[in-house]
Amino acid sequence: MKKLIALLLAAIMLVPVFAMADDLPVLKIGVYEPASGDSGAGGKQETLGVQYANAKMPTVEIGGTTYKVELVMADNGSSTDKAPSAAQKLVSENVSVVLGSYGSGVSIAGSDYFKDAGIPAIGLTCTNPQVTAGNSHYFRVCFLDPFQGTVLANYAYKELGATTVYCLGELGNDYDQGLITYFKQAFEALGGTAIVDSFPNNTADFTSYLSNAQGYNADVFFCPVSLAYSTQIIQQASAQGMEIAILGGDTLDSNVVVDAAKGTTVKVICTTFYQEGANAEFDEGFKAWLNENPDMMTNNGGNDMISAVSVMGYDGYVTALAALQAAGSIKGADVMAALPAVEVDSVSGHIKFDGNGDAIRTSAFVKTVNNETGAWEFVAEQKVD
Amino acid sequence: MWDTIFPYLLSGVSVGGQYALIAIGYTMVYGILRLINFAHGDVFMVAGIIMVYIAASGLPLWLCIPLVLLITVAVGFLIERVAYKPLRSAPRMSVMISAIGVSYTLQNLVLYITGGLNKQYPKIPWISETVAIGAAKTKMVTIVTPFLVIALVVALVLLINKTKIGMAMRAVSKDFETSQLMGIKINNVISTTFIIGSFLAGVGSILFFTNYPTVIQTSGAMPGLKAFVAAVFGGIGSIPGAVIGAFIIGIMENIIKGLDVILFKLGVIEAPLGLATFSDAFSFALLIIILVVKPTGLFGEKVTDKV
Repeated sequence: MKKLIALLLAAIMLVPVFAMADDLPVLKIGVYEPASGDSGAGGKQETLGVQYANAKMPTVEIGGTTYKVELVMADNGSSTDKAPSAAQKLVSENVSVVLGSYGSGVSIAGSDYFKDAGIPAIGLTCTNPQVTAGNSHYFRVCFLDPFQGTVLANYAYKELGATTVYCLGELGNDYDQGLITYFKQAFEALGGTAIVDSFPNNTADFTSYLSNAQGYNADVFFCPVSLAYSTQIIQQASAQGMEIAILGGDTLDSNVVVDAAKGTTVKVICTTFYQEGANAEFDEGFKAWLNENPDMMTNNGGNDMISAVSVMGYDGYVTALAALQAAGSIKGADVMAALPAVEVDSVSGHIKFDGNGDAIRTSAFVKTVNNETGAWEFVAEQKVD
Repeated sequence: MWDTIFPYLLSGVSVGGQYALIAIGYTMVYGILRLINFAHGDVFMVAGIIMVYIAASGLPLWLCIPLVLLITVAVGFLIERVAYKPLRSAPRMSVMISAIGVSYTLQNLVLYITGGLNKQYPKIPWISETVAIGAAKTKMVTIVTPFLVIALVVALVLLINKTKIGMAMRAVSKDFETSQLMGIKINNVISTTFIIGSFLAGVGSILFFTNYPTVIQTSGAMPGLKAFVAAVFGGIGSIPGAVIGAFIIGIMENIIKGLDVILFKLGVIEAPLGLATFSDAFSFALLIIILVVKPTGLFGEKVTDKV
């Protein structure tokens, strides 16, 4: 009997060998994204974009050979102390290129591991300049915080007519603090006053910070924070009857935020990478894919609203494939050498890298939540002067 | 001036009341078992998650609340039976480590179930409504919390002083072994303690998450830690101490968050100093100071050396 079981087990173990025998050679792309923690919701939506792109383009022809693209997921847990082990996982899996991460802090924390292994990384929505500064392996497809901060400051000063802005960020979060710094610089250059406060990690009670904004007679509450915090802030602002607008960066562009603001009177405005409706073909395809896969729908927050981070995930995948084809090899070093010259036209527009490895972007979208219907409304496409 | 400080006091009293309900659980378990139940903050978080899932199942709210409290109590009871009871005769350190293990188990279990995404707490009618007190607006729960806390504490003190099980609890906390010899069913007393503690954590979670309606697996960590500081501050083992300590921590923490604005309005400072950053540092610095200056806390029992 024991022998029979052993034989059976051995037979089962052989199945994958046979199954793989006639398959295509595999090419691995690392997805370095948070699936848990404060940015888990955002990271999952960004991953969805990559997964959708992978479902649409599961194979790629490189140098005459057709490869099957396999996504290797690594959860960096939204925290810089969990990031190294996630990065090491991707390195040990020997991926050709890494996509991610949502959140600049974790991208910076993982950066050196990719560098040492000679693997190029393409940042999807990490907007802090530090991610690509001073290295040749990190690239990115989105705009940067100095640009985003300027756009937001201009919008607050010129469109919202604000003179005093209360800025709130999480302590030690590179994204929050970086964007607030650039916002403050730009806003004060315009002639306004920006007051900056920070809250510790794991804060749930924002009532006193909202009272602070009211105490300073601020005209706008600027909080470019993770989703876990922004939803709390919106709901508590609603309970306190706060009338001033809540302004945020690309992290606020999520259906989780819309759900929190729906049915309240809180005005939520954010800048983002993509406006739903700009590319009808992508929108339809992505929604249909979400509706076919209940698990993916859950990861998108339970409905089929398109988040801009998903679009960036898709574009990152397209860029990675273009780089692999240009390199003509699946070796990390070859892809890295090919990346600076890559140019693609994808959903969010034309992607071309500058000398620093950052995509050249000249416009950002401003959106606001419609409190009644619970949907994003397009406000303006903001360009730099 | 009053208008400036009032909103912070309001936030402080509300969050203080919620810390108080958790702190009682810490202090009671410590009083009886001399164990710091590190998993208590996570029981609080689990109560929040249970509410999210039960409310999502479509049950009416009047049924959800008792059900949540019942399940939370069952969780507290089970934790004690599974993780602490088998270690009754083991050194105290083993139980403490077991408590840390339970804490991480609960957090990771919730991480697995929720997939790490933050969950929206359901809106409970009436206590979720916004009310205006003077110039400040807040949720009804802010006003309800301190009164509910006082009512629950009075009931608890009566239970401890006037009933048979209360007498047994007092006896066990005085001397574990002697009360066992006197025929007190020690396991029942300990279970009751955990049941009361979990019940209060459950009530606390309903109040807390109605105010701050996002639940994630780490939601219990900070409130749990603050409640622990409150329990130490008030004198661990003392119920009125824990409650007063919790209110002091809650109010001080929020005053510090608003200190910049208050000083700014008073004309003491011209530009904000960024003091709000230190609100958490304050709570933990207080813990250190209390331990150094008055290790038994505000109302702590005097330690007498037995010969």
